[in-house]
This record gives sequence, structure tokens and C-alpha cells, in this order.
Amino acid sequence: MLCQRCHERPANVQFTQIINGDKKVYHLCEQCAREAQGDLFGQAAQAFNFDFHQWLGHLMNMESSPGFAVPAASAQRCGNCGMTYQQFTQLGRFGCPKCYDNFAPRLEPLLRRIQSATSHTGKVPLHAGSQVKVRKNLERLRKELQQAVAMEQYERAAQLRDQIRELEQQMDRG
Amino acid sequence: MSLSDFLRRAVSPWMRNGGPEDDIILTSRVRVARNLEDVPFPVLQTDSHANHVIQAVQNALATPAVQALGRFELLRCSDMSAIDRQVLVEKHLISRDLAEQVRHGAVALRDDEVVSIMVNEEDHLRIQCLLPGLRLKEAWDLANQVDDALERTLPYAFHERYGYLTACPTNVGTGIRASVMMHLPGLVLSGQMGRILSAVQQVGLTVRGMYGEGSDAAGNLFQVSNQVTLGESEEEIIQNLSNVVAQLIEHERNARRLLLQQNREGLEDRVCRSFGILAYARRMDSKETLQRLSDVRLGIDLGIIKGVSANILQELMVMTQPAFLQKYYQQDLSPAERDVRRAALIRERLRLDESGVR
Repeated sequence: MLCQRCHERPANVQFTQIINGDKKVYHLCEQCAREAQGDLFGQAAQAFNFDFHQWLGHLMNMESSPGFAVPAASAQRCGNCGMTYQQFTQLGRFGCPKCYDNFAPRLEPLLRRIQSATSHTGKVPLHAGSQVKVRKNLERLRKELQQAVAMEQYERAAQLRDQIRELEQQMDRG
Repeated sequence: MSLSDFLRRAVSPWMRNGGPEDDIILTSRVRVARNLEDVPFPVLQTDSHANHVIQAVQNALATPAVQALGRFELLRCSDMSAIDRQVLVEKHLISRDLAEQVRHGAVALRDDEVVSIMVNEEDHLRIQCLLPGLRLKEAWDLANQVDDALERTLPYAFHERYGYLTACPTNVGTGIRASVMMHLPGLVLSGQMGRILSAVQQVGLTVRGMYGEGSDAAGNLFQVSNQVTLGESEEEIIQNLSNVVAQLIEHERNARRLLLQQNREGLEDRVCRSFGILAYARRMDSKETLQRLSDVRLGIDLGIIKGVSANILQELMVMTQPAFLQKYYQQDLSPAERDVRRAALIRERLRLDESGVR
């Protein structure tokens, strides 16, 4: 089969174009596929007045398409503000701070795409500071405890267990 | 009002030159996004939510912690005319989006216009610090102080894992967007801009034309900013951006040097021709204005044009925009009328330098 675009080289790439849900499949050679991709992007960005937030929403939708496992328990609606998942994919914006927890299972794959990591390592508010720091410390100690037990360092494990207990009590006192 | 009086009142500090590398870096800006916990983001806001946020910011501004950082005035978008909102957009003190949030939007401006806090834009708060020259670290330090002071009274939405929560997940984590506005005529004239654009994008930064996209951004003005907000600390983000900007400055300086060496006559003709047009033309559209101003600024930086203030680029690129022109001439102007008035304003401004008034 010859390339449908240049009618010269053999077609070895299947090029699928979906614009506004309208799907078209072309058989192209490698070179034409590269070029088509280039000018399609330019066209799409202009012709549809490229909406960044909508694009972001679509990215999130892709995660829930077949092939991506989305936990069945994942919420369809934020219990706090009432924003539906569908609305988020249209707006590209969450409705309230609680959305982050309520849509967490779907959020993680998106964050991996658009950010460099999925957890924050920067500034912590002063008021949240002490609590958050204690919790981060606890996480670290628990990990060390597991390692100590795995390596049969029971003396070290006992020390770590005491430290963890102390921090947990500190947390309870708030 | 005379033009020099108008300029004295209307020009923000960032439009005057000053700060390191100010022949290439016009401004450094840091913007931090914050939201209040237990309040829906502006996209779902009712009038009462919006008023609640504005009131909370108003209260925070009255605390000694914030007042120690300067005098702030809170303006509601609904209390400003469309022209006045547009003037703030043209001065880069608020975003276009905020100007359109007529019902719910507000802005707290520090009297020197270095700090502005947008309220109810995409997020509840966007703290912005804007300084002339390459001063990213300083801009972040200031934004950080304002943030700390506001946080004493404002309960921020903060997540142990995701950091500061924002309406759009592209801002979550640090909520920081740091950017510099660069004047890069050397790289554009020597045809290197396309290559530089793609290189910069590969290291996690974004480059946008200030006025227009891609490598034919009018006025050769580009904004370089960080893309990622989650997973790196604020200091790392600032440092990474600063490193890349330092390299861009070096490339631009080399490009300018080479242009002078290889085609001094051509370059002199270009910048002097543009100066002549700005000094004598009777009609100027905004795109040509930016291009001619860029040429003249390059001529000043290279010592070809003397006796014209270097900040003419940033000053006139703001003053010749539609809302500013209408503000200065105090009347509504059609686009065609604006072109005539724009040319007149530029001629008048250039004469101020000649007569040594400023």
C-alpha cells in the first residue's frame, strides 16, 4: 500500500486523527506522518482556539479510558463542593481544596505527567509546620524500623520503636 | 496634565531601569498562588464566598504583620472603570482574567506597585512581586515575607502530600511561578531564537512571547518561567530558572557582539531608521511601535544612539497601549485615532529626552 499523502513511499504508519470526536484513520509513510503531526498541531491549536484547561481535563479523562486501571472506589463527585469528575475534565480546574483527596486516585497519574513528582518538598505554612514536621519524621522512623527488623537489628529496632511512641504521643497532645 | 507629570504618576518602578543585567532583563516576577481552606475555589464561588474571601484579605491587610511590609490599598474590580482595570493589566499589575472578574475580583496594591495581591482570580490569592532587572531571589524573598504575614490570619489550604492546593493542578505544591521578561533582539536578528526556544523547553521551563507567540514575538520580548510547581522547592525552582537565564544573557550578549562585528553598518542603519520613524511618524500601530522601540533600545544598549533614556522601551510599550492612551488623552479613541495619538505621544516623549526635562 502506498502512502495516502505523497503516493510515493510505502505506507507503514497508521495515523489516527480525532477532532471533536470525529475519528479518521490514514495510512502514511514515516515522513508524511511526521509532517502531518507537525501541521495538525499548529492547525488544532489555532482552529479550536486551544483551551489549556480543557486540554488538561482531556488528559485526565485519558487516564480513565480502557487500559488505564482506575480504582472502582474512585469518586465520581466531590462530596464537599459537589463538582463532578466530568465537570473537572471540562474546566481543568477543581472546585475546592477537598477535591484533591476526593479525586486522588485519578489525580496521581495526571500529576506524574504534568509535574516532576507527586509530592511537595517546598515551603510549609508556619501554622501547619510543627504537625507536618512530626508526621514526616514519623514516616521516616517507621521506614527505618522496618529495615532494622528485616536486618534483625533488634536493639536498633527497640530504640526506633521508643522514638516512634514518643512522637505519636506528641501528635495526640496536638 | 503635562506628559512629564503624567509619567511621574503613571510609571511603575519596574518600568524604570535598575537592577542587575537590566540591559537584557526588563523585569523579574514571582507569583505565588494560595487558597483558603473550606472555601470553594473561585470557579464555584457564590457572591457570599467571594465577599468572605475579600473580607478575610481586608482584615489580614490591617494586621501589624502585613502593615510592616508596606501600605496596601484594596480595590474591588466592581469599583473600577473598565479603562482603569485595563490600565492595571497593561502595567502588568493584574491579569486579564482578574480584570474580567468584575463581580468577584479585587486587588490589593502596595503603594509602590512592587507588590500586588490579586483576589478571586483563578485562586483566592495570587501574591505578585515585580522588580526591574534580574532580581528573582529578591522577588521571591519579598513574596515569601508577604505570604508569611498573610498566613498569620488567613487559614491556607495546605495538603501534607500535595502542598499548597490550587484550583488548577498545574500550580499545586509550591504554587510558585517565577518569570523574567527578557529583551532578546540579538538572538532574534541572528536567527537563533527557534533553537533556543526548544532548548529552554527541554529543561522544564516555558518561553512565551510577551506580545505574540513563538520567535516572532513583537518587540523581541520574551517571558521565561518555570513549568513545574510540585516536587521541587521554591529555592530550587528559582535557582534553576536563574541558571538558564544567565546562559541566555550570555548568548544574547555574544549575538549582539557578532552582529556588530559582522554588519555594523546594517545594524546602525536599522536602529537609526527606527529612531527616525518613531521621532517623525504621524501614525503608529502597536505592533510597529514595539518593533521600532526594540530597535532603538538595542541602539542605546550598543552605544549607537545617545541621549535617549534606556527605559524608553518598557515605558512606552506600556504607555502606548489602548487603555493608557485613552487615559492620557481622557477620551474614548477608535483604533485609527489611537494610531495617530500613539505617534504623537511617542514624539512628545522623545522630545522630553532632547530637552533634558527628565
